[in-house]
Amino acid sequence: MPLAVRTVIDAAAHGLRALTFDQRMAGGLFLLLALLPPLSPVLGGGYLLLIGERAMVLGLAAISLELLIGAGGMVSFGHAAFLGIGAYGAGIAASHGLGTLSVALPAALAASALFALATGAIAVRTRGVYFIMITLAFGQMAFFVATSLAPYGGDDGLSWPGRTLVFGTRLLEGRTTFFYVTLLLTVAAYVLVSRLIGSRFGRVLRGLTDSETRMQAIGFAPYPFRLTAYVIAGTLCGLAGFLIGNHAEFVSPAYMHWTRSGELIVMVLLGGTGTVYGPIIGALAFVLLEEILSRLTEHWKAILGPLLVLVVLFARGGLAGGIEAWRRRKLTPAQLLASLERRARETTAGAGHRAAQIAATSGRLARETATRVGAVWRAWRVVLHHWLGALVLSAKRGAAGARPWATALGRRLESLVQSAERGIAAAVDRWRRR
Amino acid sequence: MSATLFVVQVLNGLQLGILLFLVAAGLTLVFGVMDFINLAHGVQYMLGAYLAVTFYWLTGSVFASVALTLPASLLLGLALEVVVFRHLYERHHLEQVLATFGVILFLNQGVKIVWGAAPLNMPAPDLLSGSIPLMEGLRYPVYRFAIMAAGLAVAALLYVCVTSTRVGMLVRAGATNAPMVSALGVDIKQLFMLVFGCGAMLAGFAGAMVVPILSVEPGMGDQILILAFVVIVIGGIGSIRGAFIAALLVGVIDTLGRSFATDALRLFLGPSTARIIGPALASMAIYLLMAVVLAVRPAGLFPTRGHA
Repeated sequence: MPLAVRTVIDAAAHGLRALTFDQRMAGGLFLLLALLPPLSPVLGGGYLLLIGERAMVLGLAAISLELLIGAGGMVSFGHAAFLGIGAYGAGIAASHGLGTLSVALPAALAASALFALATGAIAVRTRGVYFIMITLAFGQMAFFVATSLAPYGGDDGLSWPGRTLVFGTRLLEGRTTFFYVTLLLTVAAYVLVSRLIGSRFGRVLRGLTDSETRMQAIGFAPYPFRLTAYVIAGTLCGLAGFLIGNHAEFVSPAYMHWTRSGELIVMVLLGGTGTVYGPIIGALAFVLLEEILSRLTEHWKAILGPLLVLVVLFARGGLAGGIEAWRRRKLTPAQLLASLERRARETTAGAGHRAAQIAATSGRLARETATRVGAVWRAWRVVLHHWLGALVLSAKRGAAGARPWATALGRRLESLVQSAERGIAAAVDRWRRR
Repeated sequence: MSATLFVVQVLNGLQLGILLFLVAAGLTLVFGVMDFINLAHGVQYMLGAYLAVTFYWLTGSVFASVALTLPASLLLGLALEVVVFRHLYERHHLEQVLATFGVILFLNQGVKIVWGAAPLNMPAPDLLSGSIPLMEGLRYPVYRFAIMAAGLAVAALLYVCVTSTRVGMLVRAGATNAPMVSALGVDIKQLFMLVFGCGAMLAGFAGAMVVPILSVEPGMGDQILILAFVVIVIGGIGSIRGAFIAALLVGVIDTLGRSFATDALRLFLGPSTARIIGPALASMAIYLLMAVVLAVRPAGLFPTRGHA
């Protein structure tokens, strides 16, 4: 008996050693999640399962986004569109009485794949910020189309008639069953994405992120690789949409709002990009944070916001980055505290110094402005003076110059009149002599 | 679709375009000079509107409130720059998006805490109330003309500042190649602060001016932020001229689309189909425009050299 146990343990250890750190972390996470349904009566009941489902679905969406951000270097700010399109695809099929697995799931996947292909064909041509913006624009387009889908609820959203039927049975209605289905699909997505990133395709994609020019030089065209990654990520996120629609039995345009896309980016970064288990941890952390903070206060976003800023400023690499540093013993808790304290001290000292600097600069600026204004005024005064003086002078000159001209005119008039008189007198004289 | 309605909508579109330009100008400068994605720019527009309402309550005069809003939004912008944004200039765009997204969450909620979630209002000043007749049966509010005039004046001022002052020259140089400007001995940090403060002030000014025609509510900045991003991407990031032309384009197309898309579609489609597709098409019009522009010219209409 002990021998058998030992064999099993040895085999397990051997298996574990074959796994990468990423896979071990993800495995542990999935194991914890799998234990949730049996433990839920002790831990707080069905509510916990609902939170768990939400976290897993968002984790699945975040994994698909990680394929774009982490491997492809493409920061999509419209990824939530696929979440909504998946949910709408299945929901619209269901509202026509076609809510079966054989129709609803392909509808969800095909709709998101088509949208990814159509928008990706344009978006992938752009780089960097332009890519962020154009995906945002496409996300907004999908959002507005959804709000104007009057036959399917428009702004108010679409209530599903029920969860998707699996071969005519209501298999997904069972809470535990649905939880495990979601878990299974999330695991599948994790395996798919980590395999993809490790494959030749993924290596080309990462190479393109590092240096597009070099990849082109050794004969890889960026466009097809990027577009394929975009379509795969979109379709995977459509699967997440299918699940979240089933989870809520409802879909609304709010699923596609741009802040939701922002939240997906937050999950990926909070967890740590560059790893595949990171996005799952990020989604879990985000959902938990949301739950805990929204219980503390209705203004929980006012706490979450600064928290995000702090994560960006001080915790580069996210949670996975922290785990990695800790694993390599770079950072013990004491060291972490010390470094945080040092940073805080530096920041406060820097702030004082900066305030003094700002005061000095603004004082100098004010003085400079004053002198400059003075100089401008002096220059203008000279100009004005000259100009006015010249004007007066020319007026005077004009008056003076006009006088001889007038006398000359008068003289000429006089002589004209005189000669006319003389002429008339001569004419009269001649007429008399006749 | 009468001629009068058309003229009114074109004027409305131009007015929206000029407002968009005020917001987009700051965004495109910040972006062009510092290579920094500031999602929180829309929140600064919202803060401008809230400040204007508050100063109106305090002083009772719209002109005084706008005059006070300008320095106040400048100070707020500088404070945000010192506390958060200046630590992000060197970072990846992804991190900038995340941090400024956090700032949006905080400020939207903060505004709700301070001023409440209910929409606020401020009347147009008496001097600018009423309307003027433009043609037979068409009167147009004076205040909207005032917005256009003020916006155009600011645009002209900005143009002069950017094209023919020393600071403007540095800003243009920074948009083309910031490290080189820094290497030539210009204090790039101060330049960044100046540009950022001016951008915040422009956004605040736009926010203060729309208060009499829109209601002030949390989240009002988000809508205009997205529009402003569309504008700067169409115009070419970093280009003031591009932002101006794109802003007018976007303003007119969006306004006309919303008023006439349904009627125009009715010419080709059945009335019920047109009623469904019309509004969707109208909301999508500017995004379609952006997609087309980016598909043809991936760096916008007027690309600045550094980002082309």
